[in-house]
Amino acid sequence: MIAVIDYKAGNLTSVVKALRYLGAQDIVVTQSPEAVLHAEKIVLPGVGHFQATQLLHDLQLTEATREAIAKGAPFLGICVGLQWLYEGSTEAESTEGLCQFASKCERFPAVFEGQELKSPHVGWNSLEEIRPDSRLLAGIESGSFVYYTHSWRAPVSADTAATTNYGGPFTAAVERGNVMGVQFHPEKSAETGLRVLKNFLEL
Amino acid sequence: MLTKRIIACLDVRAGRVVKGIQFVDIVDAGDPAELAHRHAAAGADEIVLLDITATHEGRGTLLDTVKRTAAGLFVPFTVGGGIRSAEEAAAVFDAGADKVSINSAAIARPELIGEIGSSFGAQAVIVAIDARRAKESKDPVGDAEVYVSGGRKPTGRRVVEWAREAEQRGAGEILLTSMDCDGTRDGFDCELTRRVSEAVQIPVIASGGAGNAQHFAEVFKAGKADAALAASIFHFGITDSRALKAEVARAGVPMRLPC
Repeated sequence: MIAVIDYKAGNLTSVVKALRYLGAQDIVVTQSPEAVLHAEKIVLPGVGHFQATQLLHDLQLTEATREAIAKGAPFLGICVGLQWLYEGSTEAESTEGLCQFASKCERFPAVFEGQELKSPHVGWNSLEEIRPDSRLLAGIESGSFVYYTHSWRAPVSADTAATTNYGGPFTAAVERGNVMGVQFHPEKSAETGLRVLKNFLEL
Repeated sequence: MLTKRIIACLDVRAGRVVKGIQFVDIVDAGDPAELAHRHAAAGADEIVLLDITATHEGRGTLLDTVKRTAAGLFVPFTVGGGIRSAEEAAAVFDAGADKVSINSAAIARPELIGEIGSSFGAQAVIVAIDARRAKESKDPVGDAEVYVSGGRKPTGRRVVEWAREAEQRGAGEILLTSMDCDGTRDGFDCELTRRVSEAVQIPVIASGGAGNAQHFAEVFKAGKADAALAASIFHFGITDSRALKAEVARAGVPMRLPC
């Protein structure tokens, strides 16, 4: 069973639709810690404000997720779902993340290298520096395009599986063992995005 | 590198894709779901479906069309036309849209922008502005006026100011249609697009007037548009997005290629 966590942050329809299209049959859209704990795989979609992840703490989903991850269940966070894997975000200082990865997500700078930088970062941008050992991005070439819409981003670290350049490089995908996240929207990124989701389903 | 987006727009009336010239003279161009999939396969970066004669009675038809179009579509998908409340927006999202575009209803009640954004995120709210240059004015572009009700009613509001307000109220993008250029295939209103793009931080989608690849290159460069929208240029087999994008890329604009 694949648990898609519903924390009332935007629209889950597209993610579920894409997973079904790829042949996933046993999908449960849930707010239940029990379901998360017993899931084979967990997907945390998300668009919108980091503050919305507070509900994950309030519903005891943080602990359930931590436990499921410790047991080895593959976890995929999408957009704000990736950001939640970090210590937090300057978008909502009082809300803690899952702390799987160090440091906080920060807003794009208003100016980069003397040029005004528009925010949010919306549109198709390319994946760069794809880590050869990434299971999530297997078969995807650097330079492939994916669709983004966000104003906060995670810094680049050793766990970064791919970067994208906008106001400097940021973490496009993060991966350590069974813990994975993508800042872009694989469900909206045509063939490349479907490949990412397929890789996750096949783990 | 962030690429500029080419968006295929489907103007829909009673469940069929149509195309007008300067908001009149309707021609049947086909089935929305079929055309959306064809555009996505041909390299369009995004699909917009606008219900141009949205009526209360037509909502069921629209939701059914959205559902059929969204099935198997894995690029961003926007739906607009007659969305007056957060509840109506929610129904469109449930049917499979990623973003909604609001126009007359946002002018009538600007709080609607924030209401939809608070549930679905700012990225899901596009404020569409139908603009006409103020021909009698000394500054026809700066004084360009917002029209509503499918371009039938002037509002007395200036385009640049309304775009700024929409951004402050939480719009994720602006879809700017030049009524002067719409359907002419003589090119976008680059000057108006540039003024709006420079006035806001959020992406601006230029619309109205696309006729060839050069027009797209111009609105991305001179018009500072982040995306550009075209309808009639595609529907009758003039060109597909991939060929168009290749030509725009040759003019020095970053495009998603191959796609």
